[in-house]
Amino acid sequence: MKQRKSTIYSVCALAILLVAGCGKKPAPKVPQAPPPPPPAPTASLSANPMSVQKGQPVQLTWSTTNATDVNIEGVGGVNASGTQSVTPQESTTYRLTARGPGGSQEATARVTVEGPVAAPPPSQQAADTSSDEQWLAGHVQDVFFDYDSADISPEAQRTIQANVQALGQRSTVRVTIEGHCDERGSTEYNLALGESRAAAVRSALTAAGMNASRINTISYGKEKPQCTEASESCWQKNRRGHFTITK
Amino acid sequence: MRRSSMKIGSMKTAVLILFLAFHAAAQTDWIRTGTGLGVEKVRIAAPDFKASTGDAANAPLIKVFNETLFNDLESSGILDVVSKSFYPLQTPGSPAEIQLDAWGNPPPNAAMVAFGNLGKQGDDLAMQGWLFDVKNPQSPQVLGKQYRETATEDNARLIAHRFANEIIMRLGGGVAGIFESKIVFVSSRTGHKEIWIMDYDGAGQKQLTHLGSISLSPRISPDNSRIAYSTFGKRGIELSMYSLELGRNVSFPHFSGTNISPAWSADGTKIAWSSSMRGDPEIFIADGNGASPKRVTANKGRNLAPAWNPKTGSQIAFVSGRTGLPQLYVMETDGTNVQRMTETGYAVSPSWSPNGQFLTFAWRRNYGPGAPGAQDIYIMDIASKQWVQLTHSGGTNDYPSWSPDGRHIVFESTRGGSTQIWTMLADGSQQKQLTFGGHNQQPNWSFK
Repeated sequence: MKQRKSTIYSVCALAILLVAGCGKKPAPKVPQAPPPPPPAPTASLSANPMSVQKGQPVQLTWSTTNATDVNIEGVGGVNASGTQSVTPQESTTYRLTARGPGGSQEATARVTVEGPVAAPPPSQQAADTSSDEQWLAGHVQDVFFDYDSADISPEAQRTIQANVQALGQRSTVRVTIEGHCDERGSTEYNLALGESRAAAVRSALTAAGMNASRINTISYGKEKPQCTEASESCWQKNRRGHFTITK
Repeated sequence: MRRSSMKIGSMKTAVLILFLAFHAAAQTDWIRTGTGLGVEKVRIAAPDFKASTGDAANAPLIKVFNETLFNDLESSGILDVVSKSFYPLQTPGSPAEIQLDAWGNPPPNAAMVAFGNLGKQGDDLAMQGWLFDVKNPQSPQVLGKQYRETATEDNARLIAHRFANEIIMRLGGGVAGIFESKIVFVSSRTGHKEIWIMDYDGAGQKQLTHLGSISLSPRISPDNSRIAYSTFGKRGIELSMYSLELGRNVSFPHFSGTNISPAWSADGTKIAWSSSMRGDPEIFIADGNGASPKRVTANKGRNLAPAWNPKTGSQIAFVSGRTGLPQLYVMETDGTNVQRMTETGYAVSPSWSPNGQFLTFAWRRNYGPGAPGAQDIYIMDIASKQWVQLTHSGGTNDYPSWSPDGRHIVFESTRGGSTQIWTMLADGSQQKQLTFGGHNQQPNWSFK
């Protein structure tokens, strides 16, 4: 009985995002006059680190309020707040559901597991037979920089986030970040600037959850421009952190 | 607040105007490199040396010798070489043939005459040369020299350089001539950037490395035995060491990250360079063989391009991006007493004068996106921080490197469209292109 009720609530909890008031449907069963509406539960869930090698533990930390029943998918029922260590075998989205008299609330945390994928579904393998180089070119974007700068702009940060997501899909890939500069300025100073750019991309990638051991850096200064016209649009294309497969 | 900043602004303007006025007036006055540049030049005639034998192979050797000697004397910066069109019809091949009056009076009006003879004797080229003081008829001979080498054009050039060095030693205040010095540089003429070497006048250009990678920033050791340079490897930019004696690379420690801009101490026992082995590009100093590297700078921002004070060995000029665009700094070799030398623009590539008094460097004084103006070569008096612009011909000019006599500077320039190597006197005069094929860059003049 309890199990069934729980299932109903789960369905309601999922539907709550789409249909407001779902949680109120059991209310008519209560014969007395309704008490003041109970406060809705809140929930938060985080994982640390967000990215691990296969076999490494991850600390899940959560907290909820106004909940009587807290459940983490794959872990089971837990206290209202707490921490627990888990060891996911593959990239997993942990889903916490907090239920209380005031309704229910969900929170999720994504953990990316890197390392050889044990048994990828055959269909998926068949779907993506591209070489690492082809895949990288199609999924990972260059990170661009301002003039004489190795700072990660908000736009560059969005590129970094997208790249970390993409690189999580092919966790066997190791990348080299090439730091490039535009043609202006001195050869040696640009080598140092390219070094700073590559290092900035690397630290932004690791901050976003990518394992540092997958990343190498090299500076090319202004030695290998991808665009050779003397124009600002061309210079902008050359001020970049470029991703290649580490050989 | 606004008033005070305006005040500072107008003060700055006033100081700038004063400085510019002083600068314009003093530009040609203060530049005393202590090397005889700018003092009255000795007027010298150098008639073609005569053939001493009847060998059929003499002509090309004598031609090379005469051209080389004349060019050396003209390039010296301390001589006023009389144009050959003013010479008497009778030129001397030996002391017995010289008529001093004919050289000392107008039109040649020379104070000195360099003359002599050479020719092939068997397999050898033998040369006899003299330097006569025209105004001292009692005892005119200042110099008399004989040379003998295997008869090749390279040796004809070598003999001319040696004789010219002797003349400069006598007439240039005891500072040795630079005519046997070398310039190492980067050339892409094979399709890859490799390390090359040439004579001071651009003759004898020769490829040293054949790595097929990108090699940069060659710096020749003070004893001319080795060249430190950077090369792109699989995992970063490494320092490499080429032995001129063995004709190949010799082993050098691997440092991780980006390792660039090596520089030798004048005694050859130390190398300074920029490395990112511990994070940000910082300046390190190690022994000449790469042992026991120590970090000297430690701040956020890029530090690179060290240049030792060759006079004291206790100071290093370098480039830092710690405040934004790269500026020039000077510090002690232990990293203390850091002094900023440039305040504006984009200043890079310092080289220290042999007498320790000046820096030469590349500077774009008004640098920034969309800002006009070229990058030019400057020299700065270190004590007063006064500077003089030496190039004005457009293009991007970079990598100045001082000659051993302090009278010349070699540099790269894009003024002709491609990047080529040029020399000039340290007052900016006599700018001359040395390389022509492909792109040639980052010249470094040997210590001797």
